[in-house]
Amino acid sequence: MSEPLLTIRNLRASVDDKEVLKGIDLSVAAGEVAAIMGPNGSGKSTLSNVLAGRDGYEVTDGEVRYDGQDLLAMEPEERAATGVFMAFQYPVEIPGVVNATFTRTALNAQRKARDESAIDAIDFLKRARATLARLEMDEDFLRRDVNAGFSGGEKKRNEIFQMAMLEPRLAILDETDSGLDIDALRIVATGVNAMRNPERALVVITHYQRLLEYVVPDSVHVLADGRIARSGDRELALELERAGYAAFQPA
Amino acid sequence: MTPLRETVETVERASGEYRYGFVTDIETERAPTGLNEEIVRFISAKKEEPEWLLEWRLKAFRMWLGLEDREPRWANVHFPKIDFQEACYYAAPKQEGDGPASLDEVDPELLRTYEKLGIPLREQEVLAGVAGAGNVAVDAVFDSVSVATTFKDKLAEMGVIFCPISEAVRDHPELVRKYLGSVVPQGDNFYAALNSAVFSDGSFVYVPKGVQCPMELSTYFRINAQGTGQFERTLIIADEGSRVSYLEGCTAPQRDENQLHAAVVELVALKDAEIKYSTVQNWYPGDAEGKGGIYNFVTKRGACRGADSKISWTQVETGSAITWKYPSVLLQGDRSIGEFYSVAISNLRQQADTGTKMIHLGRDTRSTIISKGISAGRGQQTYRGLVRVQPKAGGARNFTQCDSLLIGDTCGGHTVPYIDVRHPGAEVAHEATTSRISDAQLFYCRQRGLDPEEAVSMIVNGFCRDVLQQLPMEFAVEAQKLLGISLEGAVG
Repeated sequence: MSEPLLTIRNLRASVDDKEVLKGIDLSVAAGEVAAIMGPNGSGKSTLSNVLAGRDGYEVTDGEVRYDGQDLLAMEPEERAATGVFMAFQYPVEIPGVVNATFTRTALNAQRKARDESAIDAIDFLKRARATLARLEMDEDFLRRDVNAGFSGGEKKRNEIFQMAMLEPRLAILDETDSGLDIDALRIVATGVNAMRNPERALVVITHYQRLLEYVVPDSVHVLADGRIARSGDRELALELERAGYAAFQPA
Repeated sequence: MTPLRETVETVERASGEYRYGFVTDIETERAPTGLNEEIVRFISAKKEEPEWLLEWRLKAFRMWLGLEDREPRWANVHFPKIDFQEACYYAAPKQEGDGPASLDEVDPELLRTYEKLGIPLREQEVLAGVAGAGNVAVDAVFDSVSVATTFKDKLAEMGVIFCPISEAVRDHPELVRKYLGSVVPQGDNFYAALNSAVFSDGSFVYVPKGVQCPMELSTYFRINAQGTGQFERTLIIADEGSRVSYLEGCTAPQRDENQLHAAVVELVALKDAEIKYSTVQNWYPGDAEGKGGIYNFVTKRGACRGADSKISWTQVETGSAITWKYPSVLLQGDRSIGEFYSVAISNLRQQADTGTKMIHLGRDTRSTIISKGISAGRGQQTYRGLVRVQPKAGGARNFTQCDSLLIGDTCGGHTVPYIDVRHPGAEVAHEATTSRISDAQLFYCRQRGLDPEEAVSMIVNGFCRDVLQQLPMEFAVEAQKLLGISLEGAVG
């Protein structure tokens, strides 16, 4: 019963035949917010992409259990339907497709995969409006093309909006704080905190400590050279802020 | 397997499933194979045509003979030489006596065919609000003849004439004689000359002065018989101050041989009149090896004859093995407007060379061209367009946008714009882009829960949005679905 929602064991993965993840071990329980911190090139983005199932990342060893299932055996859209969400570091633009259509189509595709009935346009709009208000986003946003012509901050808020609408069980936030000014950071953090609940796990991947001032993590893990070098609580993040990653850099 | 590879394969798989490829088993009356003056006389006699039309056809036939071996060769399409003596130029479902007076006289097998195709022929169903049947008057053309036209009486109350062109020749000869060949002359080009000689049926529309046609008019073309070509002729006249919206749809059975479809469409918009002409073309595209499929060689042209008139072409071209088609507008009247909105898909081994011509003759004329070409599989897609501003067309303006989208790396997209400006005050703008569906876009959609088919469909529909928005509401949804079917199988 007490099996963690996500369990990663000895995960090794390569990109272009170069090993980037060199044996990751990590567990995240439902209700937990886990921060993964690390210097550039330590494998943070590779880890999130492997978990989401992106092509071009070859898993060479290890396993990932999610909610009792073999996550690595699933297609990306199957992972999404079982509740795995990734907030992208660089969200892509889809010209000609409006946000409302995109998000509702995604939501209904996931619901269909779970044998749930589709959400109609009216119910969707109600929920979307409430979510937008919480994220201090204009309603006009629903009628704009997906990420097209968005500022960096708007793109990140769009990721949080989609996360709120899709209600995942495991959300992976890949450097969601990068490129945000302090106001946008606060809004994004509010959106993330609103997602915290005992059923949901959040994995917050970040280079800096500052997001963690707003989204207080239950655990902090330092990723260095493809391995979890150290784990601790919030204090570890503060220590990194003071001392930097020098201690974890390869000699 | 990379997602892109997977998408490409999904596309290939799905597009192998042409939904309209069935054959209707019905007795057919055919002309002898081959083409000569006797055949032209045979067709004219079958249709009990007046002498003037027979002469008109024979003149066209002689012009065609003069054009022999003068098929257009400039298009970016490749196919073996067609032997025009091997085709049959007239095929019709066998029936007693004259054409059907009402739907009750139409062969039930034919009605079933149109039901299968989702075309509402039964007016009572439309009137009773049967789901799926819109408020649309339909003329159904099966091989060489029109088998049923709906809502004729209701339209007649407003003075709108909507009937098979063969019927118009009989009942409204003065109109047909005045306008037939007035936009696309018999000798215009090789295929137009061929059509003028052997055209069998098609639709005729006349909207009188000041009348707004109360419903969408639609013609549904179906090639059924083997070894036949289809040569329909459509003529639409919008008299002063009138307005009409017309839509044509096309399907054909799945056959290993190539079948020729050489149509001519002429539009005439008089002063203050407006014609909107939409096409959803889904002829059989052939198989993945390029076997079979329709050769779609079509001449479509509209003339904005009067001041302040407007002609708008919208086309969604997903079918045919080869498409050679340039719906054009002659902007003769001052302040007249021409528009061309196009989505064309080339998948499998389809080849499409399509675009438009906007010929600015009057003052302050305006034209807009929006073309979206999508290539997948081993498809080849060419946009070819001409914008010409004549010396007297002061104040002419044109805006052209050509976007190409490539799926996979074995297809091609080409853009060949011609701009010929002979007035110093003209404003002509041309924008073009070529893009690919990227792995990043696909993954983004899949991470949100869409399968690869749904993802491609969504991205393609977004790419085509500007054009799809131009379609009449009833057909926009249909067209979106068709894009889905042509590219992946289903739209999410």
